[in-house]
Amino acid sequence: MERIPILRMGRFLLVTIQVDMHDQLAMTLQDDLTQRIVRDRARGVLIDISSLDVVDSFIGRMISNIASMSRVLDAQTVVVGMQPAVAITLVELGLELPGVRTALNVEKGMALLQSAVD
Amino acid sequence: MQVRARAPINAIIVSSTKDPLPAHMSSQREATLAAILRTHEDAILAEWVKEQSARATRRDQLNETQLRSTAREFLRGFVQALASGSTDIRSNAWSPVRDLLAEVSASRAQQGYSPTETATFVFSLKQPVFTRLGGELKDAQSLAGALWSATALIDELGLFTTEAFQKTREEVIQRQQRELLELSTPVVQLWEDILALPLIGTLDSGRTQVVMESLLQKVVETGASIAIIDITGVPTVDTLVAQHLMKTVAAARLMGADCIISGIRPQIAQTIVHLGVDLSEVTTKASLADAFGIALKRRGMRIGSGTTTERA
Repeated sequence: MERIPILRMGRFLLVTIQVDMHDQLAMTLQDDLTQRIVRDRARGVLIDISSLDVVDSFIGRMISNIASMSRVLDAQTVVVGMQPAVAITLVELGLELPGVRTALNVEKGMALLQSAVD
Repeated sequence: MQVRARAPINAIIVSSTKDPLPAHMSSQREATLAAILRTHEDAILAEWVKEQSARATRRDQLNETQLRSTAREFLRGFVQALASGSTDIRSNAWSPVRDLLAEVSASRAQQGYSPTETATFVFSLKQPVFTRLGGELKDAQSLAGALWSATALIDELGLFTTEAFQKTREEVIQRQQRELLELSTPVVQLWEDILALPLIGTLDSGRTQVVMESLLQKVVETGASIAIIDITGVPTVDTLVAQHLMKTVAAARLMGADCIISGIRPQIAQTIVHLGVDLSEVTTKASLADAFGIALKRRGMRIGSGTTTERA
């Protein structure tokens, strides 16, 4: 079955979404990620969605849910690399992702995670 | 100026009055009209041009030689289309006339003529044509028929001219609106990592979309992490405008750029509070200078005079 890889980088987990997100894939990612946070005792999660150019309300909600779950497990979530069109769509859908940190690219996102965790 | 009726025209009139079929009669009527117009082309043209020059209110822009050649071309086209027997000005037979009229309207619209002045080009043809018809047709019934055909056609062509005029004007307005939209949304880079978006003019949904897109695009291009939205030039802020602003801020935040709203005038601050708009999630500053200051501070920079640096 298709899975989104979760990479470990020190205290952080890196998730790069490079395929079209469909609902089942999103649910699997949610399961995998929560398990990995617990197993690796991760302090932060960085989700790179720079290759994602289509979102719907389900994917938007899933990103928001992942952030909330990570917070419960004491890990900060940073979403990086959102495309302008995706940002506009999410805002129009009313999904402004409150509580989710954002950064323009992976580099800035990592810096943000470092400063948030320290 | 009185011209005697000629034999071939009379022959046509006689046959047309005897024709019992209305449809056929109507096409005969056109043929009569065409024949009369062709016979008196020069006289009609001269009177028509004179009539237009007399009615023209802006002699400066009216070039008589050009007017005469356009008028002649129109009259020839008119007669030719009439001779084809078609009275529907949207049919193929009339397409040269339509093209000519559209061209005349377009050039007049661009020169700043009024709709009346433009339509006069066609309507002033009535008098010379009616005079000729009156001179040629002695029979009251055929005269009435010919007058009616002529007036119906000229009216339709006049309306067509006005429509073409309107269309050209609308095109001009639309082009200007587009240009205004592009002109009014510049995104400037103030410093490394800091963008400014000076908004000027009323914000509606269409403009907000353009503003949002150009800001986000610039964020991607420059990798900026702070964007200052300056609303000094926005005349009024109502709930809708505030909502549009908040959307822009939210979208920029999703991409990882923080927004500061600056240039809030005292009246606007009052309006925002009276309307109950919640701007608490956004940093707001009274002036662009203050916003720039805080943006620099967030980036760990500051501006000071040379003496202060020395003392420090």
